[in-house]
Amino acid sequence: MSYTFFLITSLTILFAVLLSLYRVVAGPHIIDRIIGVNVIGTKTIAVIVLTGYLFDRVEFFIDIAFVYALINFIGTLAFARYFEQKGVENS
Amino acid sequence: MTSAVTVLAAFLICAGIFFLLMGAVGLIRFPDFYTRMHAAGKCDTLGSLLLLVGLATYQGFDFSSAKLLVIAVFIFFTSPTAAHAIARAAYTNRLPLWTKGERE
Repeated sequence: MSYTFFLITSLTILFAVLLSLYRVVAGPHIIDRIIGVNVIGTKTIAVIVLTGYLFDRVEFFIDIAFVYALINFIGTLAFARYFEQKGVENS
Repeated sequence: MTSAVTVLAAFLICAGIFFLLMGAVGLIRFPDFYTRMHAAGKCDTLGSLLLLVGLATYQGFDFSSAKLLVIAVFIFFTSPTAAHAIARAAYTNRLPLWTKGERE
């Protein structure tokens, strides 16, 4: 019962990732693509934790999710600071 | 007793999924960068927070649920910070604002 619930939850979040991927592919500016990648990364953290529940190994997948959250935050911040200095329009 | 906790966890997880989906729809539908920022930054934070708190409720009082709550607090601090950094990058470079009547 809980397996089916977590599976449906993961598939719904993956559908939301697919919707967000449209903004990454078709964003007018580079900064639209950055925010799309940030949103996908935040959804991926939830998907990783739910994968841990699907495989009955929650305690390992939670650590992976924590590291992914750190990488997502630092990467987004680095991209934002880089394009703040470089300029948005000419890219 | 246990079933009430499970129902509460399922309700929290469903609310989190709802907010994540609405954030994705707003990211597609809104006409401007700043409005997209508005949809993505807030809905994503609240959706992930509700989903992680719901999973911690489902887990019970455990070391794993404590780590889930730590991830939730981390997202609660870092996601608005990242959104603010991106919005400041757009505002510094004078990205054009959407005005009413203009199509996407």
